[in-house]
Amino acid sequence: MTTPALAISSLAKSFDRPVVTDLDLTIKAGEFYALLGPNGAGKTTILRMVAGLLQPDAGGIAIFGTDALRDPVAAKRVTAWVSDEPMVYDRLTPLEYLAFVAGLWQIEGHLAETRANDLVDWLGLRPHANELCGGFSKGMLQKVALAGALVHDPRLIILDEPLTGLDAGSARQVKDVLLGKVRDGVTVIMTTHILEVAERMAERIGVINQGRLIAEGTLAELRSRIGRESSLEDIFLDLVSDAA
Amino acid sequence: MSAAPATLTWFARHELTLAWRELIAMLTGGSRARGVGLAIFVGIGVVVLHLLAYGVVARWAAGGVQSDTQSLVMLTGTGMLFWTVMLSQALEAVTRVYYGRSDLDLILSSPASSRRLFAVRTGAVALTGVAFTGLLASPLINMLALFDGLRWLAAYGVIIAMGAVSTALSVGITMLLFRLVGPRQTRFISQIVAAIIGAGFVIGIQAAAILYYGDFSRFSLFQSQAIVDAAPGIDSPFWLPARAAMGDMQSLLVMLVIGGGALALAIAVSASSYGRLAISAAGLNHIASQRRPSRRTFRQASPRHVLRVKEWRLLQRDPWLLSQTLMQILYLVPPGLLLWMNFGDVAGAFVVAVPVLVMAAGQLAGGLAWLAISGEDAHDLVVTAPVSPRTVLVAKIEAVLIVIAVVMAPLLVLMALSSPRMALVTAFCATLSAGSATAIQLWFRVVARRSMFRRRQVASRAATLCEAFASIMWAGTGALLAAGSWLALAPAMVAVCVVGLARLISPRRR
Repeated sequence: MTTPALAISSLAKSFDRPVVTDLDLTIKAGEFYALLGPNGAGKTTILRMVAGLLQPDAGGIAIFGTDALRDPVAAKRVTAWVSDEPMVYDRLTPLEYLAFVAGLWQIEGHLAETRANDLVDWLGLRPHANELCGGFSKGMLQKVALAGALVHDPRLIILDEPLTGLDAGSARQVKDVLLGKVRDGVTVIMTTHILEVAERMAERIGVINQGRLIAEGTLAELRSRIGRESSLEDIFLDLVSDAA
Repeated sequence: MSAAPATLTWFARHELTLAWRELIAMLTGGSRARGVGLAIFVGIGVVVLHLLAYGVVARWAAGGVQSDTQSLVMLTGTGMLFWTVMLSQALEAVTRVYYGRSDLDLILSSPASSRRLFAVRTGAVALTGVAFTGLLASPLINMLALFDGLRWLAAYGVIIAMGAVSTALSVGITMLLFRLVGPRQTRFISQIVAAIIGAGFVIGIQAAAILYYGDFSRFSLFQSQAIVDAAPGIDSPFWLPARAAMGDMQSLLVMLVIGGGALALAIAVSASSYGRLAISAAGLNHIASQRRPSRRTFRQASPRHVLRVKEWRLLQRDPWLLSQTLMQILYLVPPGLLLWMNFGDVAGAFVVAVPVLVMAAGQLAGGLAWLAISGEDAHDLVVTAPVSPRTVLVAKIEAVLIVIAVVMAPLLVLMALSSPRMALVTAFCATLSAGSATAIQLWFRVVARRSMFRRRQVASRAATLCEAFASIMWAGTGALLAAGSWLALAPAMVAVCVVGLARLISPRRR
């Protein structure tokens, strides 16, 4: 059996109330996994713990077999994180930003430059490659952040609502890039409120409610669970209302 | 009764509500206990400042201050010191009225009049300047009023007039810059102008004092016979502000009319173009700022180096940093001049120059350390990178300390030519001062955007106070070491205690 891309066991996190409770989740290598849930369900908290941005209260996280809590640097080496609010430096150009990211991940200079230029072309950023990011639209910033996530060629990409605020063209570009990466064997975990995106792109879907994984499987498996042919939206609403 | 929407009063009330809530949040952080603690601290501060002011003015005021040329020169000179700082602050604040975004997009996209908003915000700039200077000058004014009669309370009126004039001038300068160099360069140039005005007068009179009297004190210039002899006659309108401050009601009335008139005129002339200029300033965010690609951009380097280069690049391109640091750097000019004047002469000049340099190093390091350590715009990226948090922090600290070293190096070299020992003392104390400020910023670090730089004190007043106090103590250590006194150990120990206290109360420790 191959090592899973992500193995979460008994994960728990509380702030002023429990946000994630006893979560077990396994995602196979090369899989496109969508994590769904109503607002405040704990999706972002889970992903931030996986990315090393939050410390869990209990439980374990293994990324490609590496204990992410014991050896975070090794886990981060193969992981990329993209949030819904692109965090890009206003006073750097996309190419400078990519060079900075490549430097953090210790990518060899020539290789980093080639990849950065490929990504800039691929994401349609070429005309703006040497402009400061401060003047960019949300969509362009999201593309720069995505390019940053890809420039170090990660094996696991974690995205929190990456399509929020993007126009149709940009959203299509981002989706194509992600699907292309999955075809190349990269694992993608993504949260989204756009259920159509999850329906069309994800191989498996997990539904989180009140910090617990209440359902998981392929679309067909989820349909069989509620016992009728319906859209993901209907399934999701059924599952969430049942859990409530 | 509430004012009708979008009227001048309505805007003023809206701005006042926001300013008040911000002030309360800044002072108390939402905690009643903190508010009480702060009130006690401020109370003690007010008493201490009044005692200090007593020491400064008591002897002068004891016999009653006469309206002679000597007193008028002293008052006018001191007033100029306050006014140039007021003008500098007003210029920066007026620039922010045009360039700051926050709710401007909402208001400019509404049918409300942008003229009224401009009038209220410009008025707020004047009011803030008056309040700040009034607070700063109040111990001196109150002590003069106590020892030489209530007539001195008229000085508060002069401050109001000065605030109005400086705001009006700032509006004029900003408008002129918009016309001459356009919105793209106005912010940049006005920051330089603000820094030069703010520091220029102080530096100028200190330079004059150093060149002619070999003395660092600006007051020696005001008291000099040469200046008194060259000053205009006692009836000259040049002394109008000084006479008004001394309680001449007619002069005060003229001052207030001039100030109010200038401000009203500036608002009336500039308000109509405010909306247009603010929109053109906002448009800068959407104008591409091209950078020439460098061949070295993708050069292989260690994460530490990459982080350092990133910090330097961002510091270099920060649109507001210039005004924050330029003034601190400009204040290094007088000690530099003093050193140059005393070249070859190891006399007492160092006792003055050393602490100024040490203090400047600490203050500069504090600001830059906040930007590098707390002001991380891509916090998630840096945290998720395969670099240990320690490496990230070390790189950021290195970035700050190297900048300080670069700024200080020329002055230290100049000093070393005159006295290697003094250069060593300065380097030692400046390193400790910069190191202390950086360490305090490290312990009190928060996750913030770089654009929050101006409000960094809000995050922790304890950090700000510790940082300033430690710098002062290291400066004292430097001065006493320069004087060859073993008493230097006392401020050094206090500085160590302050840094230790900061560590103890820091959120990281807790």
